Amino acid sequence: MSIIQIKEVSKFYANHTALDKVSFDVPKGCIFGLLGPNGAGKTSLIRIINQITAPDEGQILFNGKPLNKEHIKRIGYLPEERGLYKKMTVYDQLIYFARLRGMDASAAKNTINEWLEKFEATTWKKKKIEELSKGMQQKIQFIVTVMHSPDFIILDEPFTGFDPKNTQLIKDEIENLRNQGASIMLSTHRMENVEAICDNVVLLNKASLVAQGTVMDVRNSLKDNTYSITYKGNVDVSSFSGITIKENVQKDGNTTLLFTYNDKPDIQLFSDPMIQISEYREVIPSMQEVFLTLTDSSQ
Amino acid sequence: MNNIGIITGREYFTRVKKKSFILMTLLTPLLITTFYGVIIWVSIGQSRTLENQNIVVVDRSGIFSENLKAPESIIFILQESYSTDQLIASDSVNAIVSVSQDYTVDQSLQLKYESMSSLSVSNSSRIEQAFRDVVRDKKLNTLGIAQEAIDSLQTNIVLSQFKVKEDGSTKSSNIGVNTGLGMALAFMIYFFIFLYGVQVMKGVIEEKTNRIVELIVSTVKPFQLMMGKVLGIALVGLTQLTIWIVLTGILMGVVGVIVGLNMGDMKELQNVSNNPGLANVDMNQLQFVSDFLALPLAKIFGVFLFFFMGGYLFYGALFAAIGSAVDSETDTQQFMLPITMPLVFSIAVSFSIVIGDPNGTLATWMSIIPLTSPVTMMVRLPFGPPDWQIYLSMAVMLLSIFGVIAIAGKIYRTGILMYGKKVSYKELARWLFYKN
Repeated sequence: MSIIQIKEVSKFYANHTALDKVSFDVPKGCIFGLLGPNGAGKTSLIRIINQITAPDEGQILFNGKPLNKEHIKRIGYLPEERGLYKKMTVYDQLIYFARLRGMDASAAKNTINEWLEKFEATTWKKKKIEELSKGMQQKIQFIVTVMHSPDFIILDEPFTGFDPKNTQLIKDEIENLRNQGASIMLSTHRMENVEAICDNVVLLNKASLVAQGTVMDVRNSLKDNTYSITYKGNVDVSSFSGITIKENVQKDGNTTLLFTYNDKPDIQLFSDPMIQISEYREVIPSMQEVFLTLTDSSQ
Repeated sequence: MNNIGIITGREYFTRVKKKSFILMTLLTPLLITTFYGVIIWVSIGQSRTLENQNIVVVDRSGIFSENLKAPESIIFILQESYSTDQLIASDSVNAIVSVSQDYTVDQSLQLKYESMSSLSVSNSSRIEQAFRDVVRDKKLNTLGIAQEAIDSLQTNIVLSQFKVKEDGSTKSSNIGVNTGLGMALAFMIYFFIFLYGVQVMKGVIEEKTNRIVELIVSTVKPFQLMMGKVLGIALVGLTQLTIWIVLTGILMGVVGVIVGLNMGDMKELQNVSNNPGLANVDMNQLQFVSDFLALPLAKIFGVFLFFFMGGYLFYGALFAAIGSAVDSETDTQQFMLPITMPLVFSIAVSFSIVIGDPNGTLATWMSIIPLTSPVTMMVRLPFGPPDWQIYLSMAVMLLSIFGVIAIAGKIYRTGILMYGKKVSYKELARWLFYKN
């Protein structure tokens, strides 16, 4: 079952196409990575899902029903460009946004207090936003995004401005939210975070979808029969006829070979008793490599 | 609709809680009253402490000696001669005025005024007038006109104006009162539109530059955000106006009581001295008050409130549109001009041409066209323009507000999400036809 279904969505601006017949589904209860270089159309798509703008073509389904204004309260959005009223206190601000999302006063109060406690921020309540550090402001912004317990949460670069400790805190919270049943769409340029927490991803480039699936699927789709072996010992590997060596690195008495099999993968080639194998694996491109390969503009 | 209420509430409460708002709201009536009080106090104090000036007249020509009449607050003392040393030594003599020996009535008169203090403008003209009267009387006498005839030429003129209505009834109409009231109301509207219109614009720019907009418009429609802001700030203005009126009323009342007591004292003084000049002033003041009360004040206030809000909504929506189209306050200049021009024009023309001819063609048109009507109608209102013109003006204003808000909403909707782009008028026009 999908929380969001994007069907053939296109968006045109005066001089360019922001989205060109993009289709994909966001499964329920997963952390979904929306990836792509700057200008690929991610923000346009996010704005369409948030109903800030409308698609020129295509349709979006929320829980199987065409997206409408009622769904706005079921969506939480953390924009890339953060913004809060600088002169308003933390508490007034949170109450204001809670009310705009249709929460009643007492429910809003309880939720806000819970979140402030979770982020060790109860003492900031009466402080104005402008008096807080950048990281603190980010935490408040995160609370604004999730306090109305949305079913679908869009996070655009949620880790910027956080130190490693707080980054971990936010990661844990994102996973918590997923485990409680929310679906999360995460847009980020930090591929290591994608590998760490995303279940599924789509990759946009120049207004079109270039890859989609689970993180492993996408990485596997780019593997090119390259293997890596690390061993101790002296042997003339160039005598092996079944492989083509791409790289040969010597370090601390270890040799690491990157190679491709000419035929089927055959570990038996390395059965030489002179060799002590410490690692042998198939090389699967990292998300970073997948990203760079698929969005390479020279292709 | 509920969202507009929430937004209006935020805009309202964050503003009225500001120290600057509280200070300005409380201080302004205090300043007005203080100003008013000081003027009254000074003028009363002046007339009270007014000492007669003892001026020695040394008339060597012998022309003025007998006939010189001392004007108000001056006592002439005729002397054969009086030196400046005597003046310095004397406590009671304030000045010496001397006429040279060879003066005849055919020449222009050279008066020499010697004093240790400078001469006030009013005393200067009084002294001149006193001498001029003597010369004139002398000349008329030589033409064979009797002194009684000359005296009878002195006439006091009071111009009483009455406004004739279509049903034949007449009402006294005081140009001074009408002009003063009209200009005061017009200026308040002008001031309010500017002050609060700019606040709307700044608020929009703040939301845009802080990127709050993106977050909010994912929850509410841009139109709701714009209207919430415009209405919230309107309420702030109404609050301020109400507090100003109430506080000023109370403070003026207090000042009135204090001054009223003093006026009682003054009347006793007047009875004693039987000074006709001051009594006249008092009569004028009474006339002023009764002419003011004779105006249709309830109607004027109602129409004022309408244009107070109407003018603000009309211009406020435009200010919101400008705020949405720019990235920072420094970029607002090019778009501000077309908004400030009609406003400045309306106040400049209303305070000159319209005041001079409140029911003329220009005045009529300016009070109907919504760009100028809030200011111009206020100036015309105390002069009693025809009812149909007032209603027409209000209807045009109402329709224009809806039109302007619709246009501003379209510009706003596109503008608030547009960053880093210098916007031209052409671009703005294109936004009007964008769909979402």
